[in-house]
Amino acid sequence: MCGIAGIIYRGGGGERRIGHDITLMLQAMKHRGPDSAGFALYREPGPDLWLRIKLADSNTARDLEFADDLRRHRAEVEARLRAAGADIREIQDVNEHTLSVRLGYEGDIKHLADHVESVTGAEVLSAGHALEIIKDLGDAQTVSLGYDLDGYRGSHGIGHVRMATESDVDISNAHPYWAYPFSDVAVVHNGQLTNYHQWRRRLERLGHRFASECDSEIIAVYLAQKLEAGSSLEQAMRESLDDLDGVFTYICVSEDALGMAKDDLAAKPLVLYEGDDMVVLASEEMAIRAVLDHEIETYDPYEGTVMVWTR
Amino acid sequence: MDTVSTGGEARYDSRGLVELDEVIPRSSEINGDHATLDAHKLTTRRINLELRWLLYEQGVRKVTVLGPGARHSLGAGILTRCEITFEGSLGYFACGIIDGPEVHITGRVGWSACENMMSGVVTIDGNAGSLLGAGLRGGDVVVKGQVGSRTGIVQKGGTIIVLGSAGSMTGFMMQRGRQILCGDAGPGLGDSMYEGTIYVAGKVSSLGIDCVPGEWTDADTELIERKFRIHELGSPPAFEKFVCGKKLYNYDNLEPSERKLVL
Repeated sequence: MCGIAGIIYRGGGGERRIGHDITLMLQAMKHRGPDSAGFALYREPGPDLWLRIKLADSNTARDLEFADDLRRHRAEVEARLRAAGADIREIQDVNEHTLSVRLGYEGDIKHLADHVESVTGAEVLSAGHALEIIKDLGDAQTVSLGYDLDGYRGSHGIGHVRMATESDVDISNAHPYWAYPFSDVAVVHNGQLTNYHQWRRRLERLGHRFASECDSEIIAVYLAQKLEAGSSLEQAMRESLDDLDGVFTYICVSEDALGMAKDDLAAKPLVLYEGDDMVVLASEEMAIRAVLDHEIETYDPYEGTVMVWTR
Repeated sequence: MDTVSTGGEARYDSRGLVELDEVIPRSSEINGDHATLDAHKLTTRRINLELRWLLYEQGVRKVTVLGPGARHSLGAGILTRCEITFEGSLGYFACGIIDGPEVHITGRVGWSACENMMSGVVTIDGNAGSLLGAGLRGGDVVVKGQVGSRTGIVQKGGTIIVLGSAGSMTGFMMQRGRQILCGDAGPGLGDSMYEGTIYVAGKVSSLGIDCVPGEWTDADTELIERKFRIHELGSPPAFEKFVCGKKLYNYDNLEPSERKLVL
């Protein structure tokens, strides 16, 4: 089933409590997916590049060598980042299996990500000047507490609660997906894609990597490839309606925009509220009510709709 | 008058899905045959239990529900004549399988509102999600805003009136009943319908399989005027009528084994 949510604040200077708000929205939709919860949060973009790196899964077997391996892999990741030409300005162990790294780096993000991912078990969850992706097993409240998201401030963000249907329950298969190797783009998706394998082969031949077996990752990488080729976000999303088969509603975010797309069958829900100072969208109105307590006008976008808002 | 609140937090199972050991809150203010139910702090199940308690055990005939908060399944399964007003929006499955109530929702409803409704009237001031009136058997559903996709899917009776526009596959596999759509209709209108009538005042993006324009009769004019008068919707616009072309009917065709028997 899965539940998706997104908020973009217009104004507020990137200082809104985005982590807190997305947590409330996702928690209101807990019944749509209790397997994992994920957040893609955007702060005010700066000159530094932020990476979120996963060193192991939260449900990887904790055997005798686990702690040693993790320590060794962490040191290797640091060495690889330096080898790729990055200047590590800050490195933070968010928990035992996740790193948040702030870098001075001007080069190609694919080059950097591939360097990091050559370390056993390491995966770049997100890369960007404004974006950070936080995802783990459990409901939104659990993930939010575990990663201290309550005080996370930013301008926009998306979230996802997952009911796994096609692939494993672990961090790699949790949403949101970073649009490897494109900085600051992330996607959450509710639905099933039926031409996943065709697109995966096509995109792999173009040199893109896939971190999971989840069909939703296709959307992120597909859009990234379009953006790289010079399309606008809206243009890329519009083309995705023809190129992707199946039933889907997804939300895509970039450094300064948030967009939604719904397929021609309109079989997956999305409710929308457009206000002067914010746009809020979610699979269920309950989630919107969790952050807006006053009476609001909401509606369901129709089939084949693509809408994009900028902050 | 019983205004005792049991208080306490609801309990859920490990997946957070089921509320266990639920008790009736008995927290509504009852004034003669009218009651006000403040739903702000109640869980879905408690709101529905309280509604039943008021209508079935306290002899209340008119209930105003404050702060429904777009929660799912509110007002479902009410099987008595009464008046219910929801001050706000409801979520999915609002007022499903009801028989008799006259419901007024001042906000919006999510997917599958009035599913399998048997009789009564539901008026929605705002918009409705997809699958409004799915399997509707009787009664009137009036939406003053727009509706999503597949409105009145497998509708088996009753009337759906929409003042705004409707999404794709409206009236999909409709079997009986009427739909009066004052706005535009999305692609695939009346796809694979068996019987029933769809009236559209706006533009139809495309007709579904075996849905064809129908011949207008005086009975159609009378019906639309009567419905607009009853629900105080002003003067009706000009409608086009769509019915089933009956080209998809294959009941006369025999299976090969049956054909052998006949021959």
